[in-house]
Amino acid sequence: MDFLIGIYEWLPVWIQIILKIVVIMAPLMVLVAYYTYAERKIIGYMQIRLGPNRVGPKGWLQPIADAFKLMFKEIVLPTHADKTLFLIAPLLSIGPALAAWAVFPFDTGLVLSDINAGLLYLLAMTSIGVYGVIIAGWASNSKYAFLGAIRSAAQIVSYEIAMGFALVGVLVAAGSLNLGQIVEGQSGGIWHWYWLPLLPLFVIYFISGVAETNRAPFDVAEGESEIVAGFHVDYSGMAFAVFFLAEYANMILISALTALMFLGGWLSPFQGTFMESWFAWVPGIVWLVAKTFVFMFLFLWFRATFPRYRYDQIMRLGWKIFIPITIVWIIVAGAMQVYDIGPWYQ
Amino acid sequence: MKTVIQYIRSLFLLELFKGMSVTGRYLFRKKFTLNYPEEKAPVSPRFRGLHAQRRYPNGEERCIACKLCEAVCPANAITIEAAPREDGSRRTTRYDIDLFKCIFCGFCEESCPVDAIVETRLYEYHFEDTDKAAGNYIMTKEKLLAMGDKYEAQLADDRAAQAKYR
Repeated sequence: MDFLIGIYEWLPVWIQIILKIVVIMAPLMVLVAYYTYAERKIIGYMQIRLGPNRVGPKGWLQPIADAFKLMFKEIVLPTHADKTLFLIAPLLSIGPALAAWAVFPFDTGLVLSDINAGLLYLLAMTSIGVYGVIIAGWASNSKYAFLGAIRSAAQIVSYEIAMGFALVGVLVAAGSLNLGQIVEGQSGGIWHWYWLPLLPLFVIYFISGVAETNRAPFDVAEGESEIVAGFHVDYSGMAFAVFFLAEYANMILISALTALMFLGGWLSPFQGTFMESWFAWVPGIVWLVAKTFVFMFLFLWFRATFPRYRYDQIMRLGWKIFIPITIVWIIVAGAMQVYDIGPWYQ
Repeated sequence: MKTVIQYIRSLFLLELFKGMSVTGRYLFRKKFTLNYPEEKAPVSPRFRGLHAQRRYPNGEERCIACKLCEAVCPANAITIEAAPREDGSRRTTRYDIDLFKCIFCGFCEESCPVDAIVETRLYEYHFEDTDKAAGNYIMTKEKLLAMGDKYEAQLADDRAAQAKYR
């Protein structure tokens, strides 16, 4: 182990940086690929179908076949599109989705950059993603793409407020913007995790996350019945695939953040009970991944269950229901914090 | 009061949880999908697939060129030309079914007085060449008789099974 660390430190800095990127990106990309497979399989099962099962054993090679297909397809540039922006948009979409992982703590101290304003950085990164959508819709120079972009932008901006307020509740509870400290603040067992004292915020955060990523039932941005595929109608081949990757990477990010901020991240659920010592050997990252998978599954479950919201209903939900509830609960959380109510805050 | 109850219901997402419990249950249901090339759906004896012409057990072709099938065919898919054979019996010299025109209604089979033209259970077939000039899409008399010879056992069984309903 020391030998490996020695080699690592002997390498030039830029190779170290690339290594760090690869270590985070490679598992993430594999997860994205198999998330699409899981989505098709799970939604299929919920509709009493089998889902993809032809490519490779049980269809396990399906995402790889899809990736190959998209790679070899032509990227069609619409005649009247703004060529530069048209090609920049997918990058603007995936860049922040991947950059957000830089401050994500996977275990105690296992974080690429342990900055104190981690939560702010995350909010900033998830907000920048909307530029990819707007620019894609505008650069395509098509009315469907433009409408999709406008819808999506309005939706993302509205839900960002509710999301931000929900995170303010977490801030109040944890007293820190550092993601690692937010998790540490939840230590002490399942009743100390923030999902319980901040239950409304937890629910609102996750639902807003679904709306932020433009997933069903909030996927009016790509409502195929009226605007075909929304902002990415005109994209094909790899350019489309990049949007696709960004969407799924964002879904994974939202799931992971929900697990981190409300379900105690890498903390063992058996902490503080008699079973704690039995599971002491399990590395923290396993708990984190398990919790993340629960939310990733919920994304798919929602999509298999709910019909799409009407646009005005989405706006009503975001502005008239979520924002008031979050504001009220921030006050409640603050009061609980100040007067030491409940067993959750030390 | 009603509005208050309704409000509380929607606030606690009760309907949504109900919906999710339904899909959650369906996740574990037995699946309906048929893995087609490996598994096949059962086929009825009345199935109307690709056509065939049958023969009598002594090898004589059944068709007597009465042209009832040609007359009844709603899609005008059948073309028949007839002439007396050397032994003086009336036979078809040409019996073509255009498979692009045919709608597989089974009227030809119903109208046939000697059970000559029939439809088999075969539904998995294709044309190697869609070029009209190649004529692959036409079931000629030779092809029909060959089909009949190949599937005679099955055809006879199906006809016997259905005899009492006719």
